[in-house]
Amino acid sequence: MRSIRAAAVGAVTMSLALAASACGGGSSTGGGSNDSPKELTYWASNQGAGVEIDKQVLQPELDKFEKETGIKVKLEVVPWSDLLNRILTATTSGQGPDVLNIGNTWTASLQATGALLPWDAKNFDKIGGRDRFVESALGSTGVQGQDPAAVPLYSMAYALYYNKEMFADAGISEPPATWDELVETGKKIAEDGKWGLGAEGSNLSNNIHQVFVLGKQHGADFFTADGKPDFTSDGAVAAVKQYVDLMAKDKVIAPGNAEYAQNQSLSDFAKGKTAMVLWQTASATFKTMGMKDDEWGVAPAPVPSGAPGAGTHTNSMVAGINMAVFKNSDNVDGAAEFVKFMTSDAEQKILNKAYGSIPPVKSAQSDPAFNGQATSVLRETLATSAAALPQVPDESQFETAVGTAVKELFADAAAGRPVTTESVKAKLAKAQQQMPTK
Amino acid sequence: MTTTTASAGPGERTVGKSSPGAARGPRRRTGRIRRIGLPYLLLLPALLLELLVHLVPMVIGIVMSFKELTQFYIRDWTTAPWTGLDNYDMSVDFNAPVGEALLHSFLVTCAFTLLSVGLCWFIGTAAAICMQDTFRGRGLLRAIFLVPYALPVYAAVITWAFMFQHDNGLVNHVLHDQLGLTDKPSFWLIGDNSFVALLVVSVWKGWPFAFLIVMAGLQNIPKELYEAAALDGAGVWQQIRRITLPSLRPVNQVLVLVLFLWTFNDFNTPFVLFGKAAPEAADLISIHIYQSSFVTWNFGAGSAMSVLLLLFLLLVTGVYLFLTSRERRSARV
Amino acid sequence: MSSSRTAAPESQTAALRSRTAVFRPGTAAPRSPMAAPRSFLWTRRVFLTLLTGFVLLPVYVMVSSSLKPLEDVTGTFRWLPTGLTIRPYIDIWSTVPLAKYFVNSLVVAGVATVCSVVIAVFAAYAVSRYDFRGKRVFSVTVLSTQMFPGILFLLPLFLIYVNIGNATGIALFGSRGGLILTYLTFSLPFSIWMLIGYFDSVPRDLDEAALVDGCGPLKALFRVVVPAAIPGIVAVAVYAFMTAWGEVLFASVMTNDTTRTLAVGLQGYSTQNDVYWNQIMAASLVVSVPVVAGFLLLQRYLVAGLTAGAVK
Repeated sequence: MRSIRAAAVGAVTMSLALAASACGGGSSTGGGSNDSPKELTYWASNQGAGVEIDKQVLQPELDKFEKETGIKVKLEVVPWSDLLNRILTATTSGQGPDVLNIGNTWTASLQATGALLPWDAKNFDKIGGRDRFVESALGSTGVQGQDPAAVPLYSMAYALYYNKEMFADAGISEPPATWDELVETGKKIAEDGKWGLGAEGSNLSNNIHQVFVLGKQHGADFFTADGKPDFTSDGAVAAVKQYVDLMAKDKVIAPGNAEYAQNQSLSDFAKGKTAMVLWQTASATFKTMGMKDDEWGVAPAPVPSGAPGAGTHTNSMVAGINMAVFKNSDNVDGAAEFVKFMTSDAEQKILNKAYGSIPPVKSAQSDPAFNGQATSVLRETLATSAAALPQVPDESQFETAVGTAVKELFADAAAGRPVTTESVKAKLAKAQQQMPTK
Repeated sequence: MTTTTASAGPGERTVGKSSPGAARGPRRRTGRIRRIGLPYLLLLPALLLELLVHLVPMVIGIVMSFKELTQFYIRDWTTAPWTGLDNYDMSVDFNAPVGEALLHSFLVTCAFTLLSVGLCWFIGTAAAICMQDTFRGRGLLRAIFLVPYALPVYAAVITWAFMFQHDNGLVNHVLHDQLGLTDKPSFWLIGDNSFVALLVVSVWKGWPFAFLIVMAGLQNIPKELYEAAALDGAGVWQQIRRITLPSLRPVNQVLVLVLFLWTFNDFNTPFVLFGKAAPEAADLISIHIYQSSFVTWNFGAGSAMSVLLLLFLLLVTGVYLFLTSRERRSARV
Repeated sequence: MSSSRTAAPESQTAALRSRTAVFRPGTAAPRSPMAAPRSFLWTRRVFLTLLTGFVLLPVYVMVSSSLKPLEDVTGTFRWLPTGLTIRPYIDIWSTVPLAKYFVNSLVVAGVATVCSVVIAVFAAYAVSRYDFRGKRVFSVTVLSTQMFPGILFLLPLFLIYVNIGNATGIALFGSRGGLILTYLTFSLPFSIWMLIGYFDSVPRDLDEAALVDGCGPLKALFRVVVPAAIPGIVAVAVYAFMTAWGEVLFASVMTNDTTRTLAVGLQGYSTQNDVYWNQIMAASLVVSVPVVAGFLLLQRYLVAGLTAGAVK
């Protein structure tokens, strides 16, 4: 009897002790320190064709940094499938890297956790000042009116990629500049199992990027000025309907694209099954899929007026990767030093060249590598006609809710069910109700 | 090999296992303290590990379910504000979208689990009975049948996803192009058919386990029973019905429960097959909870849903064990 | 649940079984001395043929896709591939550090299996051979852990590991140790459950004799009970190994690039812009071959082993 009680007491004590120790939450919830000035941990996102290849790109640069500053950077390239979960657990436990890459659309949500170092004027000065960066890229670094939670590292933009040979075969000389032209072009091409445009109907993020831009063109934002979800405005409904109608009504997107989520639309394009895709920095991918550089062309994504610009002439979201520093880093100065290094002109040129992206640093953009056929369109788009996704803490809920709504509408369209203004509005209303109310 | 000898009433041994077994064991030679302490000592490692990895985290999870644990508070969850039953209210408010979606997901999961467990059990049992007699190629066949169990989950499921593609997949190639069974290629990974796709993958992955267990169970059915039945003039089908299946009942009790728990909580299969947002028709509860917590950063709501799920499974298991044990007790009388 | 184990099945069957049951791996009792009728033979033939097709279909797709160039894999499915290449089998090693992931998986699953089996043997021996207070509570608790949705304790577990790390300096998160600890606990409940049944079927007279001969209880366990229950232990080991081998969710947050296991590592073939289908298939096959082979070597024991655990 006594031993039972002892065992019970032991077990309870043990669990209480564990629970108490778990109660700590973030380990050092306060600010950072400079306790270990000679070491940094860096989580890089997977930008190239595999984590190993990324390591081969980054390691020589990190070695350079170590030579310059004596700070050793421990690199881990985190695959996309794990990155957000890893960041979430790191945030919750306080046990993370010093410096990390984040998808720029996550920035506002992560900013809300308070785990990231804010880039106020003082911190920006350490890396050469805010003015070094392209304005549109800075627009995607956190909630308006707050200090950015990250700095831009790689930038990307959407553009219209087209197959030159298929255009020539169909007697089309110019890539479409408006949506009407795009539909018309697509219809000319669509025959014999060939299709006009490719889409990734089951990829939530991609859906969001497309309908966000179309929303801008219809004068609609998915959030009100004070950050409340507003998915059912006429403009938003029209935008979503227009995108899905490319499959449902205009029939320029193959129904099969409704289930695409693994970049199948790119391989369709590379194989000459579809003539156009709207994509961000796709050139490297086409190459690995066996397409030669002179087989495809690139043009700005369509806008109603045919002339991309700001406001309703927006034709891309600001895509890209930001670099952030965890507040509780034990080498804050070293981390800033590292961000400075990675955003320096020289590194920006090397890294963006390797990944086919555009440097968000103005002075690095002058390099001839970013003025080629493909990259100048992207650079131009970023500079003049790209808008940042809503910088609200609920951005990921927005992506999930609205992205899923678009996915389901695509599924309807693919199955031949009608897609009407009412059905679009109903789906969006449901999405809006799933958003957090607070 | 273990030969259960016919010594001292083996029947009672099974029945009376919960009666003092220790009385016959170490009492004679070991000291009193050791005698009492030893079983606990032996259980201690298992107990500690269960505490550390299952029970304490579960308690924390339950605590979290009463908090508003969104992106604003996850950095230090202990300081997140208490919300009382808000997370639960939201989860079970079936008139609002969140509760409605949860209920829908729950019903889908129930239907899926019933069908999957049923099919896994049926195929496994049928295959085991078919392979009871020796015939040429039996060893090879048995080896083949174990392959789905041995492949890494990700590899197996991604291959199925590949086969279920609308345009280039094998399934549509066979059903539409070669057999002409459908007017046009079907969608398997989106829309209503996704339920079928999920079921097929789940059964493909799950039945070999049932096969193993049942095959093992069959080995314990004494030959004499069949011989006696054969003397009575029972054919093969009758033997299966009258001897094989009843004798398997104890095996099945365990097997069905284990399959049920695994299938109901299965996360890997739908996650690899559909990604972060499963189609409505195949929105299993585990994915749904994942989406409600990790994807949308609301760990409080996710925990509340998990707790509800836990309660449901506890209830089902309790009822199941109660019913099956009673059935067996009455069968024994 | 303990009642399920303790209650005997129909008395006649039980009595007959215990008199005759001989657990000899690989020998199933033939159902009937007389020849099966045609209807049964045909049903069996058709059923087994269909089933074999069902099982092998994805395997065939894996093999044929792994031998195609990427452009062909994503093209229309054809039964007979054209333009075979072994390139994917070379590329898999450079796209992701496959060999490292493989070693990690082997270490994690292997150590977790050994620990899980040893701990389960102790626990099952206690439940099987001793009568003590809390036995039923223990059994029920162990079963109930199988009902927790993994999502519920993923985050708390991570917090606990981090805090243990901060308090004691033992790095559990991101290390193989933490993953081993997690996985061995995952397989523990069912392992204990199966082993209790198996130990029950080992005649008590055997260990009692050993005790009379002057062995301690532990000696009796390892000298007598464990050798007699080897098939069951092998079965539990295979189960524990497979549990650890395939787990995705916990591995995805608890590992870093030096400790990443195969189950999540394979996802590295699907990058932001490309999905290397052919390499995924090739890598899956390469890593599965040793497992399937080991599995098949052990299946004779496994079949015999699961018997007693499940029945009792």
